[in-house]
Amino acid sequence: MTLKTLGALALTATIGATAAMADLVIPDLSYRSGAYAAGGTPFSDGYQDYFNLLNARDGGIGGEAIRIVECETGYNTEVGVECYESTKGEGALVYQPLSTGITYQLIPRATADGIPIHTMGYGRTSAADGETFNWVFNYPANYWDAASVMVNYLLGQNGGSLEGKDITLLFHNSAYGKEPIATLNALAELHGFNFSELAVDHPGQEQTAQWLQIRRERPDYVLMWGWGVMNQVAIQEAANISYPMDQFIGNWWAGAEHDVTPAGAAANGYLSLNMNRIGDMPVLAEMQSMVVDAGNGAGDGSNVGSVLYVRGMYAAMLAAEAIAKAQEIHGVADITPAMMRDGMEALEITNARMEELGMPLVGPEFSVSCQDHGGSGMGIVQQWDAAAGAFVALTDYIAPDDSVTGPLITADAAAFAAENNITPGCL
Amino acid sequence: MFYREAGDFKTSYKADNQTFPIAFDRYRYWAILAFAYLVIPFLINDYWANAILVPFLIYAIAAIGLNILTGYCGQVSLGTGGFMAVGAYSCYKLMTSFPDVSILIHVILAGGITAIVGAAFGLPSLRIKGFYLAVATLAAQFFLVWLFNKVSWFYNYSASGQISAPERLVFGAAVTGPNTEPWVQYMVCLVFVTICAIIARNLTRGTLGRSWMAIRDMDIAAEIIGVNPLKAKLTAFAVSSFFIGISGALFFSVYLGAVEVGDAFGIQKSFLVLFMIILGGLGSIFGSFAGAAFLVLLPVLLKVVGVDLLGWPTDLVSHLRLVIIGALIMFFLIKEPHGLAQLWRLAKEKLRLWPFPY
Repeated sequence: MTLKTLGALALTATIGATAAMADLVIPDLSYRSGAYAAGGTPFSDGYQDYFNLLNARDGGIGGEAIRIVECETGYNTEVGVECYESTKGEGALVYQPLSTGITYQLIPRATADGIPIHTMGYGRTSAADGETFNWVFNYPANYWDAASVMVNYLLGQNGGSLEGKDITLLFHNSAYGKEPIATLNALAELHGFNFSELAVDHPGQEQTAQWLQIRRERPDYVLMWGWGVMNQVAIQEAANISYPMDQFIGNWWAGAEHDVTPAGAAANGYLSLNMNRIGDMPVLAEMQSMVVDAGNGAGDGSNVGSVLYVRGMYAAMLAAEAIAKAQEIHGVADITPAMMRDGMEALEITNARMEELGMPLVGPEFSVSCQDHGGSGMGIVQQWDAAAGAFVALTDYIAPDDSVTGPLITADAAAFAAENNITPGCL
Repeated sequence: MFYREAGDFKTSYKADNQTFPIAFDRYRYWAILAFAYLVIPFLINDYWANAILVPFLIYAIAAIGLNILTGYCGQVSLGTGGFMAVGAYSCYKLMTSFPDVSILIHVILAGGITAIVGAAFGLPSLRIKGFYLAVATLAAQFFLVWLFNKVSWFYNYSASGQISAPERLVFGAAVTGPNTEPWVQYMVCLVFVTICAIIARNLTRGTLGRSWMAIRDMDIAAEIIGVNPLKAKLTAFAVSSFFIGISGALFFSVYLGAVEVGDAFGIQKSFLVLFMIILGGLGSIFGSFAGAAFLVLLPVLLKVVGVDLLGWPTDLVSHLRLVIIGALIMFFLIKEPHGLAQLWRLAKEKLRLWPFPY
């Protein structure tokens, strides 16, 4: 009975989809519910609002309207797979799952189906090796870059030497949080600091034991790979043991407004990385007036301009630029996922172009090639100003140490290629 | 009309004791099997395999496993997720250590390893019962997840702690890895489900199953009439874990292809399988299937109705899903503690007498 109705519904859904085939389909695997909704919601809002702005202002990209298909994953891998399978048939151009766990699910599937994935600053780091991972892109930066950028920033703070310093990594006990460990170990050997790690289990509400240990050992720096409620709890706990906030650095998924506001004034001075700049950009005003005020906003409009909203918008901009690139290469407005891949591989982002788009200096300049899907790997360090209620950029873009991350990426990609009988090469 | 017993004569004990004594029931069963084996594989696509049928079949195996332990033997367990993880990780280690051996053998061996682990964690059940045992199995759940997260050997020292299934072939067709055809995935799971269900059904109506049920209904009386509680409880744990291990191995290798222990086999997985047997019906093989179908299909159905047809916001539908499933569990516990299987049984009783009222 249920099977029958479901079949009928699935059938009508597919028929409905084929009728509206002639447009650019962008699936949004978002999560607005569950333990990680606080981060998923603003990102998804920014991602969708930018595409809606292009529809409202320019009539889409290259005269082709964009259709967003949203699917709620709740950060759950099984639901993520269901979402992927239910949306891929609609002509989806690129997937942006915002979850390392779902990314690991989608890499083999999307590669087999020939649909590109863009995991901006998350996912599988070794996907930066474009010859092994033809369909996966993680520009402008990845986790190993983030670890290296953090260490480079600390080197700058300490006159170029971290000899004998104690650095602790507080990480989400999942694939996401474990990613930087190997890199930090390699960097510890190189620079002579003592590296230790503390795991926090999902969802991250319970961190008393970890902070007791930090309180006892008083490391010089605490680095954090957190997401969702874990960030708020960690910052509150750090405030409770009065750990100096300017020695506590989150990665770019642990540096948004909702992470620091619950701790109030105690969070003042907290540091985190960011892969994009925030601030007053002309494009944000346009999104506010033409999308949110026009009643087409993906959310309630309360997130406009926040760190993750801007990052979602930035991700959408990179996708839109790749679509335009693909249209230019192939001379077709209604592109296929395979053409989209070519566009992503030929993508070049310059300061002049970002200026044109009304988002000056929103991200670093970078270009993608067949060998390198990882971008420049740069990040800025930002600091929370509790009185002003905003993150302030402390530095310009800091480059990672490619001599450390490069060999690690090559080794990991080679292992993956051997495991899966892939012969690395360009498509 | 339906389920008629008139003229359906039995002339041997074997015929009288078969699983489906009523002819109409028997034909229906064969028809479903024929449909599952001969029709669906030709119609199935990626979406139906990956989002609906494969998870349903895999959860059905897990539900059968837990039903043996909880439904038939009365030992409450909250360690299902952990035991599935044992199956998944055993399968992964075997696949990567002995790549030349068939994956099907690895899945069965993974079930065997899980049976040993399950029996070991079942030892406390000889001394403690009910709530205390539930807490002991809860400890097993957390310990196993911690173990697979902590010891790098289990995930072959990969950087992220994920395990991913390499491509393996059966009769020349890929059954794991990204290039698997949906019908192959489905057929592998279907064969395992069929065999597991037949084994479980026959175990539960034999000596072993009777001794489990005796322990469930009144353990002291069972001991007095000669049921050995040690043997009964440990076999229940072992057999149950064997099925759960197989489902974990299939879950990892055939369905998802890459898992992370905390995310895929956490405590919520234990609860999910427990809800399946509560909703489906404790102590019933059909109930395991009904519960698994219900909890795999319902979220998808709600999504299709709420988002695709009515156009509601995705987060609202997602929250509604939790509300609806919670309400259903409460409703069933109050109205029909024996679950969907009991509703089915009552419907069948009614149909046997139909059109007469009683």
